[in-house]
Amino acid sequence: MDPVQSLVKGLADKYGRTRESLLPVMQGVVQQEKYLSEYSMVEIAREMDIPASDVYGTATFYSFLETQPAGKFIIRVCKTITCAMKGKNQILFSIQDMLKIKVGETTPDNRFTLLETNCLGWCHKAPAMLINDEVYTDLTPEKIREILSGYIKKSI
Amino acid sequence: MAYSYQLKRVDFIFKNENNWEKVLATTIKKKPEEIINELISSELKGRGGAGFPTGLKWKLTAEAKAKNKYVICNADEGEPGTFKDREILSRVPYKVLTAMAVCGYVTGAKEGYIYLRGEYKFLEEELNKAIEEFHYYCQETNLDFKVKIFMGSGAYICGEETALMESMEGRRGEPRNKPPFPTQAGYMDGPTVINNVETLVHTFTIFEYGAKKFYDLGVQYSRGTKLFSVSGDTPKPGIYELELGMSLQDFVYEFGDGDTKAVQVGGASGFLVPRKKFNDTAIGYQGKLVGISLPTGGSMMLFNSSRSMFNVLDNYLEFFREESCGQCTPCRVGCQQLLLGIKAVKRGEKPASYLEKLLRLTETMQYTAKCGLGQSVANSFSSIVENFREEMIY
Amino acid sequence: MAKNINITINGYPVDVKKGKTILEAAEEQGVRIPTLCYHKDLCVAGNCRVCVVEVVGQKRLSAACATPCEDGMEILTNSLKVRNSRKHIIELLLSEHNADCTKCYRNGSCELQELASEYKIMTQDFLELAPMKNYTIDMFSPSIMKDDSKCIRCQRCVRTCSELQGVNALTVAYKGDKMKIATFFEKPMNDVVCTNCGQCVNHCPTGALVEKNYIEEVWEAIADPTKHVVVQTAPAVRVGLGEELGMKPGERVTGKMAAALKRLGFNSVLDTDFTADLTIVEEGNELLTRLKKALVDKDPDVKLPMATSCSPGWIKYIEHLYPEYLDNLSTCKSPQQMFGALAKTYYAKARNLDPENIVSVSIMPCTAKKFEANRPEMHDSGYRDVDYVLTTRELAILIKQAGLDFEKLAPAKFDRLMGESTGAGVIFGATGGVMEAALRTAYELVTGRDVPFDNLNIMPVRGLEGVRKATIKIEKPLKEWSFLDGVELKCAVAHGLVNAKKVMDAVKAGEADFHFIEIMACPGGCLGGGGQPIPTNPEIRRKRTEAIYAEDGDLPLRKSHENPEIQKLYKDFLIEPLGEKSHHLLHTKYTKRKHY
Repeated sequence: MDPVQSLVKGLADKYGRTRESLLPVMQGVVQQEKYLSEYSMVEIAREMDIPASDVYGTATFYSFLETQPAGKFIIRVCKTITCAMKGKNQILFSIQDMLKIKVGETTPDNRFTLLETNCLGWCHKAPAMLINDEVYTDLTPEKIREILSGYIKKSI
Repeated sequence: MAYSYQLKRVDFIFKNENNWEKVLATTIKKKPEEIINELISSELKGRGGAGFPTGLKWKLTAEAKAKNKYVICNADEGEPGTFKDREILSRVPYKVLTAMAVCGYVTGAKEGYIYLRGEYKFLEEELNKAIEEFHYYCQETNLDFKVKIFMGSGAYICGEETALMESMEGRRGEPRNKPPFPTQAGYMDGPTVINNVETLVHTFTIFEYGAKKFYDLGVQYSRGTKLFSVSGDTPKPGIYELELGMSLQDFVYEFGDGDTKAVQVGGASGFLVPRKKFNDTAIGYQGKLVGISLPTGGSMMLFNSSRSMFNVLDNYLEFFREESCGQCTPCRVGCQQLLLGIKAVKRGEKPASYLEKLLRLTETMQYTAKCGLGQSVANSFSSIVENFREEMIY
Repeated sequence: MAKNINITINGYPVDVKKGKTILEAAEEQGVRIPTLCYHKDLCVAGNCRVCVVEVVGQKRLSAACATPCEDGMEILTNSLKVRNSRKHIIELLLSEHNADCTKCYRNGSCELQELASEYKIMTQDFLELAPMKNYTIDMFSPSIMKDDSKCIRCQRCVRTCSELQGVNALTVAYKGDKMKIATFFEKPMNDVVCTNCGQCVNHCPTGALVEKNYIEEVWEAIADPTKHVVVQTAPAVRVGLGEELGMKPGERVTGKMAAALKRLGFNSVLDTDFTADLTIVEEGNELLTRLKKALVDKDPDVKLPMATSCSPGWIKYIEHLYPEYLDNLSTCKSPQQMFGALAKTYYAKARNLDPENIVSVSIMPCTAKKFEANRPEMHDSGYRDVDYVLTTRELAILIKQAGLDFEKLAPAKFDRLMGESTGAGVIFGATGGVMEAALRTAYELVTGRDVPFDNLNIMPVRGLEGVRKATIKIEKPLKEWSFLDGVELKCAVAHGLVNAKKVMDAVKAGEADFHFIEIMACPGGCLGGGGQPIPTNPEIRRKRTEAIYAEDGDLPLRKSHENPEIQKLYKDFLIEPLGEKSHHLLHTKYTKRKHY
């Protein structure tokens, strides 16, 4: 069994193989692999006996279940109203400037993917972003440099 | 300025969490009917925004005949400007769990789920610890009730109760046709109580202090307190527990920055109230207290005069265009038309009179969309376009 | 018994059974409420919203298809509020739709176009969204074209593929404005588990899913003086074609169809029913041989139950999803492909034609047949056995283009050599028909007597129930079949691939000890095929079924082996069933395909 197969099997053993377990299983794959590849979706379909098209259709519905290759750290900058008002664009600029990627892109070393997302629920501390599951709030360009430097060090 | 300031700050939700064992023990000594009657007499209404009477919801589920029933705590807090549920779950999780267990006791449900939005995944670990301890207590006291967390994965629409159930069943979060309602056939076709996080915490308050104390707060049709998530152009953003029924003027007096141009009440799916109507607007569910009253999930976003209302509306509509589930025509296509329509008017590609056509479209969306999302896009659209028409046109 | 409740529809009091939807109640009263996502074959989705009606006292409108009637409801189906909303919804759908109607295959038979016409949508006030979208058109499949720019996202195809067929080649992907109907990873249809059954095409209200048509190619062949164009017509076409040409469902148009084909200019108008009879002789013998090898010789390589192989949708389904059972399939080609192989060998020789110059056209109720004819192994004549496959709908287009007044045509007969058939061949078009035809022949082969059912009508295998089972006890067989004495031949019949799955899962679980199973990919069998007139629904399938059995009943010969042309074919050419020539021309093998 290759790593994806054993990952999927392990998740199915843990959460079950009925349809209700599909989201937890897909989340588990994304946690590990960062995104759902065609191959991992076929494996999920096989392991859980769900049509592959349904796995795809369900995965694409959820913003956090990436179906495109993504980096080790997925940055999701909130673009909804309060964050937009409180300087989301500047935050995006500083991230783009630092990582040399645009929204929707991944750094060539596969470490960072930059995305925008809808309301993260931190409007009182806007602007906010997620890096993987970690929240960062009250962002400023300076703070961005600090945070990202930490990640850049972390991932070397 | 002769102005009588009436905002009433209260503090129930975030205090006395350590009381939960006692509250649970005393509550489940009562008969289920007694508990339901207490909830009904408290006139607690759902705090997610829709405002369905909580006691009635529990009653209907309790009366439904089925082997498996469920209690679901809706923590898919996705409405822009709302962040109270996150605060509740991180500060007083035992209150939520207690309320769920009481609901299970009342309705005959043995399983409870917390549907936690993917954006709040960082809460999962702590919450699971609380659940573990809570289960330990249940075991000790022979209470047959288990709670699990179900993680969402980034879809605003899953806050709609039937979409949430679809999501829990492993499918796309597309709202179902109603009837049947969840109290008859919800999660896995079982009768289901689905309550917002805050609603559950208010039931705790009622169990703790009795229905009367809750009922005595607030005003007619809008009893008790409510958590407000305050954000935008305000010197003190954050979460506040306030008595219902306040006038918006009072609210702005307390939270505004002195230059408040408008307040968005109830998030992107709520209403925008311009300065001239602050005095005529009461925050509650229905009934005429001051002038108009607004339902709300507790999102209060303040905008000062530096903000373009066109940009605000544009931001909301982009949000809806992306977060619509896409299954029903009025919502899927309507959101696209509204967004591109206001842009076209702003750029002068469509005449200002096109706004009237779009307003009529929002009416159609309100009448015909399958669920609350599509139906409520009209709220912010019409309240912004009608009050700030001059900002919309070329 | 469900009790009645009182409602009013547009002010008129009505008594309806509790549990009925507003849509059903209105239909009973002769009030039509427009629908798009609703289809009688499918579960209620309630997503297009054109069926909204006003319930007096409610601010919001209700989707008639998804709302049960409640006592005292006052329903308005055509109030101003309803009309305005409905018009808006149609306009919205049109704004997202490539409404270049004159260039659409479904021009004139599109449900959205019909609604737009009914509501006189004369202007497009809303912005046109279609040009801004990156719509794709998938033309890779030999059977089906999928054009997303015509899609109104009613999900009828998705529900069809899942509920009727259990195939799930199509799904709904993404959300919001990006929501679309897609295959797994948006691969072309011919690169996923699609069986080409065409039920999605039959259920699509617009031109988003259509058959790949070969109309021009056929006209060109007919016009080419160097070509001899033969045409064969499948049994189910004759009970469906009339619907496309202004006649009522269930009308038998065999003679008119033959007459029309002659007037279109086909050189020889022949009948797939002939090779249906041939299939029965070959397949019946194959079944008996398998039974003998399994029961007497105990040969472990012989697989039972034997499954029919005439439905190409079913073949592709089993190749994808149950490849371990490929040896259970009869090796017989489908009647279409037997015909094709014989047309360019036996027929060419008899008519003294160079097979090179024969163009073999078939008219099928089916889109999967297009794929089948395109299979690389279907070249046993030395040429492509069947050149073009047209659906019943395409034939109707040909007839209309030729300006024929179909209803006025005097009936004609099929041409000879490969034009003669029996009632057993005709019933191939209905679910259970192959089974019944095979039993009529096999039973007689074994016992020398007629199958023991009144008037040869084997009623237990007929009907429209999803899975049907029958047992026939063999008594007093002829000497060479004495090993079958007392054997109860166990048969199963399934139609609609979702029912095929039930049978296959039972076989897989070892819960079924069938000898012979008949499976048709489409609900109702071929008469409900993906290439049949639109609409096809339970009521229409029932009428076509009645017509098929009436056709059988009216024919003088009703057992395949009694077909004189079949007897002549064996005498002059094939020598014997399952013989060497048969093996070469009439039998085939199957390919394992990927499951996901």
